[in-house]
Amino acid sequence: MRILEGQGVTKYFGGLAAISNVDFHVDQGEILGLIGPNGAGKTTLFNLISAALPASSGGMRFKGQKISGLKPHRICQMGIARTFQETKVFGNMPVIQNVLVGAFFGKPTHISGAAAANEATQALEFVGLSATSAAPIKDLTLAQQKRVEVARALATKPELLLLDELMAGLTPTEVGEAMELVTRIRDKGITIIMVEHVMKAIMGISTRVMVLHHGEKIAEGTCNEISCNKTVIDIYLGEETHAAS
Amino acid sequence: MNITRLFTTHRKLLLMGFLILLIAFVLTFPLYGGARTRVLITMLVYAILAMSWAMFSGTTGYMSLAPAAFFGTGIYTTYLLQNHLPLPIIIVAAGLISFVLAVLLGLVTLRLKGIYFTIFTFGLVVFIPNVVTYVEGEVTQHHGWYFNVLDRTIILYTMLGLAVVTVLAIYLIRRSRLGLAMQSIGGNEEAAEHMGIDTTRTKVLTFAISAIFMGAAGAVLAPSLSYSNPTIAYSAFYSFVPIVAAVFGGMGSLQGPIVGGLLFGFLEKTLKVEWNTYFMLGFGIIIVLVILFLPTGMVGLVPILRDKLGGAISKWRKGREGEQHANT
Repeated sequence: MRILEGQGVTKYFGGLAAISNVDFHVDQGEILGLIGPNGAGKTTLFNLISAALPASSGGMRFKGQKISGLKPHRICQMGIARTFQETKVFGNMPVIQNVLVGAFFGKPTHISGAAAANEATQALEFVGLSATSAAPIKDLTLAQQKRVEVARALATKPELLLLDELMAGLTPTEVGEAMELVTRIRDKGITIIMVEHVMKAIMGISTRVMVLHHGEKIAEGTCNEISCNKTVIDIYLGEETHAAS
Repeated sequence: MNITRLFTTHRKLLLMGFLILLIAFVLTFPLYGGARTRVLITMLVYAILAMSWAMFSGTTGYMSLAPAAFFGTGIYTTYLLQNHLPLPIIIVAAGLISFVLAVLLGLVTLRLKGIYFTIFTFGLVVFIPNVVTYVEGEVTQHHGWYFNVLDRTIILYTMLGLAVVTVLAIYLIRRSRLGLAMQSIGGNEEAAEHMGIDTTRTKVLTFAISAIFMGAAGAVLAPSLSYSNPTIAYSAFYSFVPIVAAVFGGMGSLQGPIVGGLLFGFLEKTLKVEWNTYFMLGFGIIIVLVILFLPTGMVGLVPILRDKLGGAISKWRKGREGEQHANT
């Protein structure tokens, strides 16, 4: 079943098409990897789905319901949560309170204080950060702050989770841990779209991969299909190997 | 035993003593005479302005320069209604009018961010009194507002009541989910939106709630003024008082702006008598020093003093014990 579907999604910044006529879909329960060179429009697509930006044209449906034109807080309450490429934590609060915000406001129904506290504690435990619960969030490492963002998003009880470069800037060990975390989230029954530059992670856990380039979708398929795709190698993967050497 | 221990072990006793002193102080208001009563009223006005300003601006990070707009509107409300309604109803009316005004302004201005929001709110402080002056000139042909004189002691008690209500309301809001929503906007507005918070509604609502107390404070103060007019009532000074007082006292806490407002009011009214405008020079230096060395404001002094004093006392005691040992 398709949980999210976009048709002809387009976003112009002035005359520049950051996303141009992209059709895409996400199946329930899968991990969709979203890759492409810098400036390909990956984060813009996330911003369009989460309503941080209005689309110039095209429409999106979430579980069959039209979501174009809604405000970000409504999108979140409908069940689409996200993290940010550059962490956007509530720097003026301790860790647990960051997660509490998600638990309190992220659902369409009213929730009691005790229930919210309980959910926040559970979400923090799920990402393995119970020990830092009371610490000021600024005292955490980047990897930990990204995990708090995941916990905060999970506390909103999403059905679809958008992870924007969860693994950027992490050490290889931390990448391994993050991959394990993403898989565990998927096993909870939450559908995931992840933007990532770490190929090991994308190829290791994605069910399907979609490649963007200059705002257009240039390929889509399983990890094997993508890693053998000539265009993708030319534009992106080759470049990556080259950059790494 | 050091000071810290004294505080913890005798907390209840100390609190009781403080409360008794406070009650005695409040009960003796009628004995203080005109000048002192006026100082106390000013102190309370500044505390109310600082608290309600900090509740919105300190928490969300939206630096509002609008307090004078609401404060002046409160004074104007009393002037308009004083011959028709009793003071308690006028106070409520002033609060409501300020609330509605703030909702309208909020809907327009709170889409602006940073300096643009600040400048726009300041523009209102210039704009509104001019509108009032224009309307008065064209419609009523009246210039200047005269107030029915009310006993200052009554005004002082009313202001104290308003201050208590303000403290309670802000205390409850800070602990509520509205408070959490405001705080998350201050932390990162974009993230707050994506966590399900209707940020526009939260900002407009809290901006308007803070305006209630500012307007009400103006309404209570009005009868203590013999004369006012749009330029005096909407003086930009009242927009800067809460900011200076809140920064001076400490913005992060509930008590910081209260302490800052009371101190600012006290210093202004008492020192001005002796030093006239030089007072501002001295006060400016004090504020710069506070900002430089006490980032959490005057309330940041309390833990520092407690530690230092406690340390010094225990050291002194140890020294004395040592002396006694040496003597035996």
